[in-house]
Amino acid sequence: MAAEMDDMIVAEGLEKRFAGLAEPAVSALSTVLRAGRITGLVGPDGAGKTTLMRMFAGLLAPTAGSLRVAGFDPVRSARDLHQVVGYMPQKFGLYEDLTVLENLVLYADLRDVTGAARTASFEQLLAFTDLARFTGRPAGKLSGGMKQKLGLACALLGQPKVLLLDEPSVGVDPISRRELWRMVNTLADDGMAVVWSTSYLDEAELCHEVRLMNGGRMAYDGTPAELARRMAGRSVQLRAIEGNRRQVLTRALRDSQVIDGVIQGRNVRLVLREAGQWPDLASLMAGAEAQLVEVTPRLEDAFIDLLGGGPGGESVLAQVMPSIRLPDGVSADAIIEARGLTRTFGDFTATDHVTFQVARGEIFGLLGPNGAGKSTTFKMMCGLLTPSAGDARVMGIDLKRSASQARQQLGYMAQKFSLYGKLSVAANLRFFSGVYGLRGEVQRAKIDEMVRVFALGPYLDTVPNDLPLGFKQRLALACALMHEPAILFLDEPTSGVDPVTRREFWTHINGLVEKGVTVMVTTHFMDEAEYCDRIALVYRGQMIAAGSPDELKARAASAELPDPTMEDAFIKLVAESDAAREGAL
Amino acid sequence: MSGLSWRRLWALCRKESYQIVRDPSSVLIAFILPVLLLFIFGFGVSLDASRMRIGIVNEDANAESQAFAEALYGSPYIDAVHGHSRREMIEWLRAGKVRGVVVLAPDFARRLAAGNATAPVSLLTDGAEPNTANFVAAYVQGAWLVWQNERARATGGAVATPIELTPRYWFNPSTVSRNYLVPGSIAVIMTIIGALLTSLVVAREWERGTMEALLSTPVTKAELLLSKILPYYLLGVVSMLICLAVTVWVLGVPFHGSLAVLLAVTSLFLGSALGLGLLISTLTRNQFNAAQAALNAAFLPATMLSGFAFEIASMPAPVRAVTYLIPARYFVSALQTLFQAGQIWPVLWRQMAFLLVSALFWLGLTALKTSRRLD
Repeated sequence: MAAEMDDMIVAEGLEKRFAGLAEPAVSALSTVLRAGRITGLVGPDGAGKTTLMRMFAGLLAPTAGSLRVAGFDPVRSARDLHQVVGYMPQKFGLYEDLTVLENLVLYADLRDVTGAARTASFEQLLAFTDLARFTGRPAGKLSGGMKQKLGLACALLGQPKVLLLDEPSVGVDPISRRELWRMVNTLADDGMAVVWSTSYLDEAELCHEVRLMNGGRMAYDGTPAELARRMAGRSVQLRAIEGNRRQVLTRALRDSQVIDGVIQGRNVRLVLREAGQWPDLASLMAGAEAQLVEVTPRLEDAFIDLLGGGPGGESVLAQVMPSIRLPDGVSADAIIEARGLTRTFGDFTATDHVTFQVARGEIFGLLGPNGAGKSTTFKMMCGLLTPSAGDARVMGIDLKRSASQARQQLGYMAQKFSLYGKLSVAANLRFFSGVYGLRGEVQRAKIDEMVRVFALGPYLDTVPNDLPLGFKQRLALACALMHEPAILFLDEPTSGVDPVTRREFWTHINGLVEKGVTVMVTTHFMDEAEYCDRIALVYRGQMIAAGSPDELKARAASAELPDPTMEDAFIKLVAESDAAREGAL
Repeated sequence: MSGLSWRRLWALCRKESYQIVRDPSSVLIAFILPVLLLFIFGFGVSLDASRMRIGIVNEDANAESQAFAEALYGSPYIDAVHGHSRREMIEWLRAGKVRGVVVLAPDFARRLAAGNATAPVSLLTDGAEPNTANFVAAYVQGAWLVWQNERARATGGAVATPIELTPRYWFNPSTVSRNYLVPGSIAVIMTIIGALLTSLVVAREWERGTMEALLSTPVTKAELLLSKILPYYLLGVVSMLICLAVTVWVLGVPFHGSLAVLLAVTSLFLGSALGLGLLISTLTRNQFNAAQAALNAAFLPATMLSGFAFEIASMPAPVRAVTYLIPARYFVSALQTLFQAGQIWPVLWRQMAFLLVSALFWLGLTALKTSRRLD
């Protein structure tokens, strides 16, 4: 009986359909979530996580199946349910015009937390979230991390038995994210059932349990450890590679034993079909020193395995794209160049004296938390924003003087793809090729080529809004590349995208780089940073560190953390920067 | 089922008031915009035309024609300019320098003396602005009649028009258009506050995800609706009082009704406006669409079809039929009655009955369409 008492959320054959959509958002989902556990609801955008969360919170009625949350039917006993469930929606659900304390008072009143109980829980929550110093500050003026903590505090009023957190780590820097983890762990230890939804697989590894979701269905139900155990011996790293690691990866992915592979700084990480069946090292041509080392499997490896393996390593796109030849007089070392780049908005400096150079065929990443100044820097490099001071050049062209001439040299893929959602795929291709000056026969030939390469044929009359995510990504890439640019700018290209689609995307990018295309990418996504040749770490408008992923990771290495992740490196370097600034004050 | 906790309701209303006070756009819409609109309708827009510039070409140049021209020059309604030739004045009319041209033909005195009383006075006006053209025609005709009478009296002859028509305008004795435009414009202002502002704030709750957070608490549907209606109702009433003060004390528009009746009528109208605004935001859940919908469903009908500026009686029958569905029509009529005539109960009862039905309809529909869930 004890075990059943702990069953906080019980779903059986749960289904949710929305009017006008052919596919259900959630289908045939059965699971049990327990008290005292943090359950990670993991999957890419559109997997059905938020729909499921909202059903748990009694905000959506299931189309079919049964659901009980804390013993209540969320539809019929909604009022009882709301008393015992704390829910933090995306964007935290705070009133930005209200102060921290006013937000707390509002939610306390709504949840009938009054009198001495209120005084006690405010005291406890403010101490817990470390917000006591900011009670008079409007919620809109808090940082992402503080908003997240206040949202959590509001959801915790009334001591809920079930805590639902919908993508709590979006827009929050890694340091605040770790703090939130500590807090949620304490809550789970006290017996609360915590559901944490995320599209980051590395976050899910920290949960007690995971429910992997894809396309509205549950792909895995169990502990991360059990999932990793299935993968035991199947994750390996190829180290000490001589020569081009991207070509080594392409060769490795041709091996029938390898189902997935990614670049990790200087190394290549591979997932094998079966444990112990290692690929032939000689055929990889990775140099005499190269060696394969078994590494700890990650959740992402397992997810890829569950989805039937990665997309392979050949980029058809790269095969049809011509090699980039530089015009005379353009230095191959400085295809993209920023010198003392500064941009101020009023008295706020969004980008502060940023300097870097990117060479031909290099992938250069701008890594930093939201609001660090990545996008501002990026927009200046594309000529979308005029610098307050300093120079931005691409292919030696000054963006201040001839922005449109410079823009003809570059392809740009904006966040969330920026396609015309209600024009057909064919119309999008025609429009974007036209914008970049392709006309007549050349335009038709280029569009046909893109349709063939990306297998867009069946979708030509579909509008991007109805496209599967993977095809949307392909279309966005096609639109950015039809004028065969020497430079490709990618703004958060794969956030929220499932790992298979992300692999496919990077396969194309790696292929293009081999053709001499220079790539600049912004990301807050640590995995994506690993694909870069060099990374600039942007924090509070400044470049606080730059180097290859391995160099940055090496700077965070210590006795207790010999093999730090990119995130560890990030946190270490940001903390150092904070300490230096405070020391200077 | 829909219980009501005073604590929760009070908490929500308090939150709403904080938001109104702290959001510059709410303050702007609720307090600054009404005053601005009142000034525009009070000073800027006037359907009365005064001191219109008219060119006079006297081709006869004798004592009689000179005398009539003098009469025109002396008119308080006309700013007469002397034209040298017909052609020059027609150029001026084309260029918009004059609103009309009076031409006294070369045989003016001869025809006048002939006694058939049709002296050749021709008047050219700009038909592209019919309202102004009508005014010009009326003024010149008026001046012509007055001059003929005086001339007849002076010469001792028969008075050309034996019956003298003296119009007397009731309720708005000086027929100043401001006196009916400004009360009517208050209806437009109340529509903006009731429907537009409300639809925006609720849509904003959906956009920012706070509605989702609210719905996950034990708050009930009745509390949710009342917490949106009460603060914005109060805001509307306060705004009405400001409008009244500005209208009476600054613009000098007389108010003949009682404050209590004005508040009663306003409350009934705000019921419709708030209901419509809430319904729009519940259905659209997005500020942009809500603003579009509120503009088309509330603001445009209130300006075009309420009869506040455009006479309903002169609209084509199908459009006239539509105006009966517009709550602003009854509100405008009630406001104009209260301001210009006072408590004319036979009129007011009818308007108030219609407003009550409309308020019940919109609020009821909103209550029906508001759900405790997202789907």
